Amino acid sequence: MTMDITTARQRARSHHRRIAWLPTIILFIGALYCLMPLYWLVAATSKYPGELFALPSFMPGFSGGFIDNIVGLSNYRGGRYWLWTFNSLLFAVGGASLSTIVSAAAGYGLAKYNFAGKNVVFAFLLGAVLIPGVVLAVPQYLLMSRIGLAGTYWAVLIPSILSPLGIYLCRIYANAVVHDELLEAGRVDGASEGRIFFSIGLAPMIPGLITVFLLQFIGIWNNFLLPFLMLSDERLFPLTVGLYTMLNAGTEQPGMYTFIITGAFLSILPLVALFLLLQRYWRLDLISGSVKG
Amino acid sequence: MTTPKTHAKRRYRAVHPLAPWLFVGPAIILSLTMIVAPFVYSILQSLRGIKVAGGGLGRREETFVGFANYVTAAFNPELWAGFGRMLWLGVITIPITLGLALLFALLLDTPRVRLARFSRISIFLPFAVPGVIASLMWGFMYLPGVSPFRELAANLGLPQPNFFTRDSVFWSIANINIWGGVGFNMVILYTALRGIGSELYDAARVDGCNEWQIARDIKLPLLLPALVLTGLFSLIGTIQTFSEPTTLAPLTDALSSTWVPMMLVYRDTFVAQNVYGGAASAMLIALITIVSSVVLFWITRRRSAGGMA
Repeated sequence: MTMDITTARQRARSHHRRIAWLPTIILFIGALYCLMPLYWLVAATSKYPGELFALPSFMPGFSGGFIDNIVGLSNYRGGRYWLWTFNSLLFAVGGASLSTIVSAAAGYGLAKYNFAGKNVVFAFLLGAVLIPGVVLAVPQYLLMSRIGLAGTYWAVLIPSILSPLGIYLCRIYANAVVHDELLEAGRVDGASEGRIFFSIGLAPMIPGLITVFLLQFIGIWNNFLLPFLMLSDERLFPLTVGLYTMLNAGTEQPGMYTFIITGAFLSILPLVALFLLLQRYWRLDLISGSVKG
Repeated sequence: MTTPKTHAKRRYRAVHPLAPWLFVGPAIILSLTMIVAPFVYSILQSLRGIKVAGGGLGRREETFVGFANYVTAAFNPELWAGFGRMLWLGVITIPITLGLALLFALLLDTPRVRLARFSRISIFLPFAVPGVIASLMWGFMYLPGVSPFRELAANLGLPQPNFFTRDSVFWSIANINIWGGVGFNMVILYTALRGIGSELYDAARVDGCNEWQIARDIKLPLLLPALVLTGLFSLIGTIQTFSEPTTLAPLTDALSSTWVPMMLVYRDTFVAQNVYGGAASAMLIALITIVSSVVLFWITRRRSAGGMA
C-alpha cells in the first residue's frame, strides 16, 4: 500500500524534476552488495555437494539438490537442526518478551516519577552498557555454574533479559508519549500505580516497545558467545552454536558443506521474514532523535 | 504539579513512595546480579591464583596473589598481538562502515533519488543476519573451490585472490563486519537527518547552495551527535570481536586460537582451565573498552559543543 503511494509520489515529482542518477546508482550498488551474498546462499542451497564445486556460483542447481539438502539436514543427528531452531525461538521469544516488559516498566518508572536516587539509577543502568557483554559472559558462566544453572536454558535466558539500550529507549518514549494529565486522572479515579501503568501508560508506548522487542529478538537470535559458553549439551544449543559445531565437524568432509549452507539459509529465513514484515514499525528515530542537540 | 487538596475527590490516591521502585526494581535486580556481581566476581578472581603448597606432592590451593595475574597478562605477547590485530581490524572496519553509512544516509536524503525505499531496506537487511551465519556464508564465499570471486577472477583471466592469508584475512573479516553494520548505522543517521526541519535546506537553496554544499555545511554538522553514537557502538563492537574469527577458524590456518583478545580469554579460561589468568585478561579488555569509550565521548563532545557555539 505504502509502496503505491511512494511510487505515485515519485512519479508526480519526476514530472517536473530530473532523476538524480548518481545517488540512485550508488545506492543501487550498495543494495546489490548487501543482497548478493544472500542470493549466493539461495543458489548454493539448491545444489548437490558435487554441483557446489562444479556449477557456476550464482547458478542455482535444478536437479533436486534443494529438497535433498533439507532432507539431509533434517536427518543430521536425528533432527538436531530442528531442535536448535526450536531452542533459538524459545530463547529469542522468551528473552525478548521478558526484556521488553522489564525495559518498559523501568523506562516508564524513570520517565514518569520523581524520586530520590532517580538519576543515580539511570546513570547506573546506562553505565552498564560500557561493560562489554563479552567480558561479562565468562564470569556470568562461572557464577551460573556455582548456583547450578550453567548448562540449562535459564543460563542463556536470564542474562538476555536486561537491555540497557531498551530501558533507555523506553524512557525516551514514555517521556514523549505518556501524558501526565492522563496519569493524574487515573489517580483521581483511585487506580493503583500498577493499574495506571497497564491501562493508561502502556498503550501509547506500544510502537516503541515493538522496536525494543525486535532489537532484543534479533540480538538474542544472533547471540553466539553466551550460549557457546553456557551450554555443553548439544540438544540445548541455539542455531548459531549448532551451525558452528556442524562447521567445525564438517570441514574434513566437503559433503557436509551443502547441509551447513542449507542450515544457514533456513536459519535466517524467519529473521528476514520478521524483519521485512515489521520493517515499517522500526522506530530507530528514537535512537538518533535522542542524541540530537 | 497539581497537589491534591481536601476538595479533591475522595478516592484520590497519592503516589506511594515505593511505587517507582516497583517499576525500576526488576531492572536494578537484574543489573546487580547479571552485571555488577559477575564484574566484581571477575575482579576478585583476577586477584587470585593457584599455589601448590608443600613439596612435590603438594595440594593445590587457591590464594590471593595480588596483581600477579595482571603482570603475567601484561607481559604476555599473545595478548598484545591480539590487541594489535583487534586495533588494525577496527582501523579498517570503523571508518569504512561509518563512511558508507553516512554516504548512503545522505544519498537517501537527497531529492529525486529513485529506488530509495528498495535500497534502504536492502542495505538494512544484513542487520537481521547473525554474525555467525554471516561469517559462515562469507567464509564459503572466500573458500577456494566454492568462491564466486575466485571464479570470476579466473573467468576474467586475473590472478585468483586468496582471502585467507595472514594479511588478507583482516580485510575478509572487516568485509563481514562492514556488510553487517552499514545498514544499521545508515538507518540511525538517516532517521536523524529526517528529524532536521526542511526550512534550513530551503533557505540554503534560495541562497544558491547545491545539494553537495547542503550535505557538507548543514547536514554533516547536525549529524555529529548521531555519528558519535554510532562510532561508540562500532568501537565497542570491535573490542568484543569474537564470533567472526571463531567461526572462520575451521576454514583456514590464518586464524590462530588467540587471534583477538577475547579468543585468548576463552582459551585461557576454558581450554587451559586458567580461570584467574583469563579473568585478568578480561579485565584488561574491559578497562580498554571503558577508557576508550569515555575518551571518544569526551573528545567528540567537547569538539561538537565548541563547533555549535
